[in-house]
Amino acid sequence: MLTTTQTIAWLNNFADKIETNKAYLNDLDTPIGDGDHGSNMVRGLTAVKATLADKSNADLTTVFKATALALISKVGGAAGPLYGTAFLEMAKASKDGVTDLGILLATALAGLKKRGGAATGDKTLVDVWRPVLTAVHADRLTSTVIKTAVERTKPMVAKKGRASYLGDRSIGHLDPGAVSSGYLFTALLETVVQS
Amino acid sequence: MSLGIVVVSHVPEVAAGVVTLIRQVAANVPITYAGGTDDQLIGTSMAKISTAFEDNSADELLAFYDLGSAKMNLEMAIEMSDKTVHLYDTALVESAYTAASLLQAGVPLAAVEAQLAPLKIK
Repeated sequence: MLTTTQTIAWLNNFADKIETNKAYLNDLDTPIGDGDHGSNMVRGLTAVKATLADKSNADLTTVFKATALALISKVGGAAGPLYGTAFLEMAKASKDGVTDLGILLATALAGLKKRGGAATGDKTLVDVWRPVLTAVHADRLTSTVIKTAVERTKPMVAKKGRASYLGDRSIGHLDPGAVSSGYLFTALLETVVQS
Repeated sequence: MSLGIVVVSHVPEVAAGVVTLIRQVAANVPITYAGGTDDQLIGTSMAKISTAFEDNSADELLAFYDLGSAKMNLEMAIEMSDKTVHLYDTALVESAYTAASLLQAGVPLAAVEAQLAPLKIK
């Protein structure tokens, strides 16, 4: 069962990882995108941190919804509607009484796929979310699972997003959205799964 | 039932420029646009798109956009809007121009859409 305290700790940890790796995410996005994934995510997560500062007594739905709205309004790039939709879907599910992490993440992934239209293997964040979800369901989420999923985007040909304009030239580069999702789930592992 | 056009681009000047171009052939068609993020950076803003929907005097809208993430913000704005919005995965300049000139001539939506179909590129 996911609690408000855990979720806020998770998202603050995620925000810190994004802040620390801002330049790295921008660099990853430069050869196959528009070079702003790090800056965009920092802008969004700074807003998330600010809105969560007074939510320690709020319910899970309020926490997820505030996170979604901050990401949707502040990120600017494709990551805004994508991550925003994921958290909005978790807000809706939690409102219906769902607190199980696996079910919440499954709902979020369904929303992500609907919003972005990406399938497995398209070199997007979906390629991290899906194996992580499988591992969460099996109670086997580890940093290796996350790292492996992120690394697997490297040889893929991008079919969605800005990198898709490069076709085969996107091979050999990590997908920046997959990398930021890797931070999201590493933060989840550290603050929720392992504690 | 009136029909209007909404243009969405990652760059404020691109959105405004496309509108300048199409207004030339559609003086009486309601046209609004949303360009860039809330901070005027490159990107799109769901809030700006929602405002473009609301500010358009037509109650049924044809929306055109440049790149993928604009579509996602458009879809979210559409889900929250009371207006009927048709979203086209077509070449931005050519399709907005086509729609503008046809709407100005009073052509019904189905015929406009038939002419937009071959411009689908996304």
